[in-house]
Amino acid sequence: MDPARLAAERVARGSYGRLVALLAARSRDIASAEDALADALVAALRTWPERGIPANPDAWLLTAARNRMRNAYRHRTITVAAEPDLALLHLPDGDEPQAIPDERLKLMFVCAHPAIEAGIRTPLMLQTILGLDAARIGSTFLVSPATMGQRLVRAKAKIKEAGLRFDIPSPADMPGRLAEVLDAVYAAYGVGWDGHHGGDAGIRDLAQEAVFLGRLLVALLPDEPEAKGLLALMLYCEARREARSDGEGRFIPLERQDARLWSRDLIIEAEALLIAASGFGRFGRYQCEAAIQSVHVQRPITGRTDHHALLTLYRLLAERHPSIGALLGYAAVLVEAGRAAEAMALLDALPADDIRTHQPYWVTLARTQDALGLPEAASASLETAIGLTGSDAVRAFLRTLLDPR
Amino acid sequence: MQYMLLLTEPETEFAKRTHPEHATEYWGGWRAFIDAIAQAGIIVNGDGLQGPHTATTVRVRDGKRIVQDGPFADTKEQLGGYFVIEVPDLDTALEWAARAPSASYASVEVRPVLPPMTPPAA
Repeated sequence: MDPARLAAERVARGSYGRLVALLAARSRDIASAEDALADALVAALRTWPERGIPANPDAWLLTAARNRMRNAYRHRTITVAAEPDLALLHLPDGDEPQAIPDERLKLMFVCAHPAIEAGIRTPLMLQTILGLDAARIGSTFLVSPATMGQRLVRAKAKIKEAGLRFDIPSPADMPGRLAEVLDAVYAAYGVGWDGHHGGDAGIRDLAQEAVFLGRLLVALLPDEPEAKGLLALMLYCEARREARSDGEGRFIPLERQDARLWSRDLIIEAEALLIAASGFGRFGRYQCEAAIQSVHVQRPITGRTDHHALLTLYRLLAERHPSIGALLGYAAVLVEAGRAAEAMALLDALPADDIRTHQPYWVTLARTQDALGLPEAASASLETAIGLTGSDAVRAFLRTLLDPR
Repeated sequence: MQYMLLLTEPETEFAKRTHPEHATEYWGGWRAFIDAIAQAGIIVNGDGLQGPHTATTVRVRDGKRIVQDGPFADTKEQLGGYFVIEVPDLDTALEWAARAPSASYASVEVRPVLPPMTPPAA
């Protein structure tokens, strides 16, 4: 591939979100910013092979995109009086690399704004920060490209027309708003994780994209322990990627994984993040979940899983952040600790609507019923879980639990 | 940007406006909110509305005027007043909306005002 194309693609990958954020920060017009940047990238591919790659490709693209945005506003037949032409004239000039400010954090807070429907926040972030197209996002979220495209267009229109704030939240609002950003990033990781067993390369990459966003948040918000907690959590999970399935793609649960296949580097990085986060002395859901993962990775060192530590952490998580996943995790650890009756009481108390089609609930229920000496009920629960599983590998694994009965 | 805060209230709150025991507290809450928003200097326009029992709805169908007693939609919460405010962004508008007494027992809808259109360029 010729160097100009390579440079353009490298810039597109590395700087896409930075340039979109900068172009949209004042106008709030993400769609126009993306269109202008796409045009600028096309122009770069045409111009760079002839005239050579500019010294600062980002600045070149920014200038080209900014000119296109200005022209687009000028040529609009019906202009709205409040259209931010004046604001556009005040865009910073990016002639030097240092002069290009990083507005991506503001863009992330806009994407995960409470005024944006929760289900579209993750797709919006993947598109605006990383430049993923609607077709790929749609396929990972099991939505048609056309539908995903429409939902993204609608969300961008809302941001622009309703005038959402492009800014870092005030310290008072930060905890709640940051939680929404972190949740959106973690949702991207969750989709990537679930898809892992399906073997879809595009979905597997999504976990990497989520880790990229996690690293970005840690870099841009060095004083937020929860950002570190989320990145640590994702890295612990990434560290076990190779150990999660066997040569034939069959799922291997954590307790049976070959720890030699875990990535030492990622675990070391995760541990360092978690230690740095704990230094702030502020509890958070993601730090707690990362700490749980940290307990699990101690197994190959100590030769046993510290159930006491897991119980403490899950109880804390269940009290402070009682999500369905946290409560199911707590129940599973109670069973491991020989307290199945308590686990059953906890499971019984879960709201019926939350669990009816929630596969992990039925798996946890089956384990609890087994521990209580109710094999027939456990089999029935496993059957239900198998029926609710979307991944072939997990389905095959659950069948192996059912077969020996 | 300009935003309209659409303040809705349930029937029980409309009733408090003239209730011998509750009227003082009801109006006290609104007075505090109105004073604060006026003090901020962001009000473009705003009014309280008389209760839904005073509403009349009109429709013209096939050239015929159909007049009906009551508000256009029969819902639990009815429009009780509005403000148009001038603030930099939706986030600021939402902060003001959350301070309205009715936000705690009913809801406040926040909508950007359509900017004035300029005629097509010649």
